[in-house]
Amino acid sequence: MATLGLHDSELGELQRRLIILRVGLLLVVALLGLRLWHLQIREGPYYRDLSENNRTRSVIMEPARGLIYDRNGILLANNVPSFTLYVSLEDVKDRDLLIDQLSNLLGLDVELVRKKLTARGSKQLPRKVKDRLTLREATLVESHRLDLPGVMVQVESQRNYPGGVMAAHLLGYVGEVSPEQLEKPEFAELHQGSIVGQYGVEKYFDRLVRGLAGQKSVEVDALGHEKRTVVVEQPHAGDNLYLTIDARLQKVAEHLLGEESGAIVALDPRTGDVLAMASRPGFDPNILSRELTPKQWAEIVQDEGRPLNNRASQGQYPPGSVFKVMMAAAALQTNTVTPSTSIHCNGGYQFGRRLYHDWKAGGHGSVDLRHALVQSCDVYFYTVGQRMGIETMASFAHQFGLGEETGIELPSERIGIVPSAAWKQKAKNEAWLPGETISASIGQGYVNVTPLQMASLIGTVANDGVTFRPRLVQAVMDRATGEVQKRPAVPKRTLKLRPEILPLIREALAGVVKEGTATRAKSALVTIAGKTGTAQMTALRTGPEKDIPKKFRDHAWFVAFAPVEAPTIAVAVLGEHMGHGGSASAPLAKELIETYVKLNLPAPSNVADGAVMPKGDAGGQGTR
Amino acid sequence: MIDHVINSRGFDNFDFRFIGLIFVILGVGVLSIYSVTHDQGVAFPFYVRQIVWILLGTVAFLVMWLSDYHRIARLAYPAYAIILILLAVVLFEGKSSRGAQRWIPMGPFAFQPSEFAKLVLILTLAHYYSKAPRVGWLQRVVLPGLLVMPGLLLILKQPDLGSGLSFLAVYAAMLLMVGMRSKALGVILLFSLMLFPFAWEMMWGSLHDYQRQRIMAFVDPAYDPGGKGYHALQSRIAIGAGELTGKGLYGGTQSQLKFLPEGHTDFVFSVFAEEWGFLGVLALLVLFVALIWLSLEIVARAKDQLGALLAVGIICMLCFCVVVNIGMTAGMFPIVGIPLPLMSYGGSATIMTMASLGLLLNVKRRRLSFF
Repeated sequence: MATLGLHDSELGELQRRLIILRVGLLLVVALLGLRLWHLQIREGPYYRDLSENNRTRSVIMEPARGLIYDRNGILLANNVPSFTLYVSLEDVKDRDLLIDQLSNLLGLDVELVRKKLTARGSKQLPRKVKDRLTLREATLVESHRLDLPGVMVQVESQRNYPGGVMAAHLLGYVGEVSPEQLEKPEFAELHQGSIVGQYGVEKYFDRLVRGLAGQKSVEVDALGHEKRTVVVEQPHAGDNLYLTIDARLQKVAEHLLGEESGAIVALDPRTGDVLAMASRPGFDPNILSRELTPKQWAEIVQDEGRPLNNRASQGQYPPGSVFKVMMAAAALQTNTVTPSTSIHCNGGYQFGRRLYHDWKAGGHGSVDLRHALVQSCDVYFYTVGQRMGIETMASFAHQFGLGEETGIELPSERIGIVPSAAWKQKAKNEAWLPGETISASIGQGYVNVTPLQMASLIGTVANDGVTFRPRLVQAVMDRATGEVQKRPAVPKRTLKLRPEILPLIREALAGVVKEGTATRAKSALVTIAGKTGTAQMTALRTGPEKDIPKKFRDHAWFVAFAPVEAPTIAVAVLGEHMGHGGSASAPLAKELIETYVKLNLPAPSNVADGAVMPKGDAGGQGTR
Repeated sequence: MIDHVINSRGFDNFDFRFIGLIFVILGVGVLSIYSVTHDQGVAFPFYVRQIVWILLGTVAFLVMWLSDYHRIARLAYPAYAIILILLAVVLFEGKSSRGAQRWIPMGPFAFQPSEFAKLVLILTLAHYYSKAPRVGWLQRVVLPGLLVMPGLLLILKQPDLGSGLSFLAVYAAMLLMVGMRSKALGVILLFSLMLFPFAWEMMWGSLHDYQRQRIMAFVDPAYDPGGKGYHALQSRIAIGAGELTGKGLYGGTQSQLKFLPEGHTDFVFSVFAEEWGFLGVLALLVLFVALIWLSLEIVARAKDQLGALLAVGIICMLCFCVVVNIGMTAGMFPIVGIPLPLMSYGGSATIMTMASLGLLLNVKRRRLSFF
């Protein structure tokens, strides 16, 4: 068959061409082998790393913050479990879709979610999107988990303040570490989303309370679902703090201020322990520790009452007549006057062309030092101040701790102003005017103090000239070891006064309450000594107090200590725009002191110190 | 024809080695599929289904092996017509998956005509070339080209780039093996070069979005991990992470944790490479080369043109699929969706491949039939 033959010859040709296929096959397989050798042997370790990286996510385990107690073991700040929503960026396939889904599911602001997910930072660490999810929200997210790759709901502890607004300024609040904070060295070990104290004790003692974050390595599948967990490092809970404040007294102090703006500080003059520190208006740290929208923030910051301002340590006011306590000590020490020196007060003090008024029209007549304090005679102190000069006044004011930090363990304490020629030159670039010395001698003009400084000042007088640094934390417990470390009271300074001076002044201050400007502070329960003060808001005072609009009314001061014989409490009360110290502030101080006395009646020294600490008498009342 | 007495000699050593190789590779495939899908918790996990497909494939293998391949070839044209109809049915009635319409639902399973189309095309072309001496341009190149065209277009329309390319590869390989004058080859090459820009334009324009993205991702898989280059990158990570000795069975985190998509189908090689490493991969390549080497042996001993052409077509198809699949998983080619013969999960592909190999062995068995 011809055709068959032809076919056969073609078959032979075809079979000869097989060599092409054989060579081609070997070549191609060699190429494949080479490629695989490259991938698996040469770049193998690199790809192995990539695969490890693919499947493991490191997850930060947030530590529980330390607990905060008052001096009697009443819980002021703890942690409650709550759900936090995280997104692991590496597992997100479609970011825009996820942002839409999350904002729909939880009713979150799209832009806010976007900002969280696009903020700079490590891609490996999950981003915190929302904390304090409700159980419903958490369930909702969990049930949609398959549609939300990369989304995790973690149970974390959230800061909680059982007392609500109680002691808010003192305790402070917590919040996410800000990008600016993260750049500072003290926050080096933190990461985006870490919770740090942003105010008050929470901020000042943050390093102790914060704890140490742990880390776990989580094996995830392609959808970001956790398959296996390897804990690399357990988190360490922060240290517990035992404050010096008495929550019961604190509550009363805040209640006394009520709706008024102002501050009350109560110290134990023998140790510097802050027993109560109230500032009004206040805020709820539970709300501030949550994540606020910019709008909510603006509302709080722009509030005219400035609730975030701790008036006790940051509010600066002219001390008014309270300043006379310091003036009296200075006058005696410098021998400007003796206790019996008498000065005539006819209701005014002529200096140059100006007449400086006494608060009492018509004057007090002839007054000695005690009388001048008891009746708060202005003319007496105008005269004394004029004789001493501003520089002497300033140096004594500094001795009494004015114009400097008290050293309280709170952030951003203000120092007030102790005016002098040098100060004015520096601050205002103007020369000191002689008339300004006269204003300063009754605590007006440029003099500015904080309520805390005033409490410390009167405490120093009560404690025979020894100033203790105001103390907020009496002990710290390391939660890992259970070890309690007491923090000693720190004496700061002793007034350089002749020994007879302070008893004299204390007696006069007792007279203020007994028969002087603060009879409304007189108590049947305990002997109280004190000094009223009125910080003038306007020089023009016409008509009776009640006709002046509230915001132009004077600030009412009252400082006090009790019992007069052996003082255990020093109090400073400042009521903004509340008028006269004697009528407005003195009753508050009296009430507070009575409460304190009643609370400490059964065993007046330290009732519940045994109950405070988990171990022994960790009260830290070393000096008692 | 004359036959039957002489060639009913049963197994010989060659058959034994050939069939043995096939089942070893099938076994490796099942093991890899098992490794990725063993914890699915469904009644019929993929590895069980694959075993069923292999059993059905064995039946197809036996049928194709033991019938007369001349008789089978005579059915080529009607079979091609049926396949074209099925391909058209797929376009209208088929089941969509991942943007492509490739399957005809059949109860719980789906039938993929484009897989079978490859084998039918080989039969058709082999039948065409061996029926009469084909000489000249028209008969050698153009007419078979027209024969290929409707099937190719229908497949590209689905779209199934992988099967389409296999189609072209089979056509080109058979053309090459049938033989062309070097001048004709040169002219074709020149024409292709000149037409390339236009063809590229047409091709690119006709591609679906996901196909373009895959090709773009091939150029730089790292540009968007988690996005379009995801498959390519994850596959490379899986293979590379296997290093020399592999992570062991079930040890492949890439596939076990589903970073590697389609671990049981198109990317089964990556699963194997991650778990068995470079040594395992070399062994697997040796298995495939050995199988093809034996197949080439069959061509060399083929006693008629039809048998030789059938065998060459099947070998080229197998080679093409193996090389392109491994190449794409290793990041040498774009991801075009070609399964790895004998290893990837899939009913149509497994049955078709085993049927093809049966036909191949049939050619050897029939080598004495003309005498």
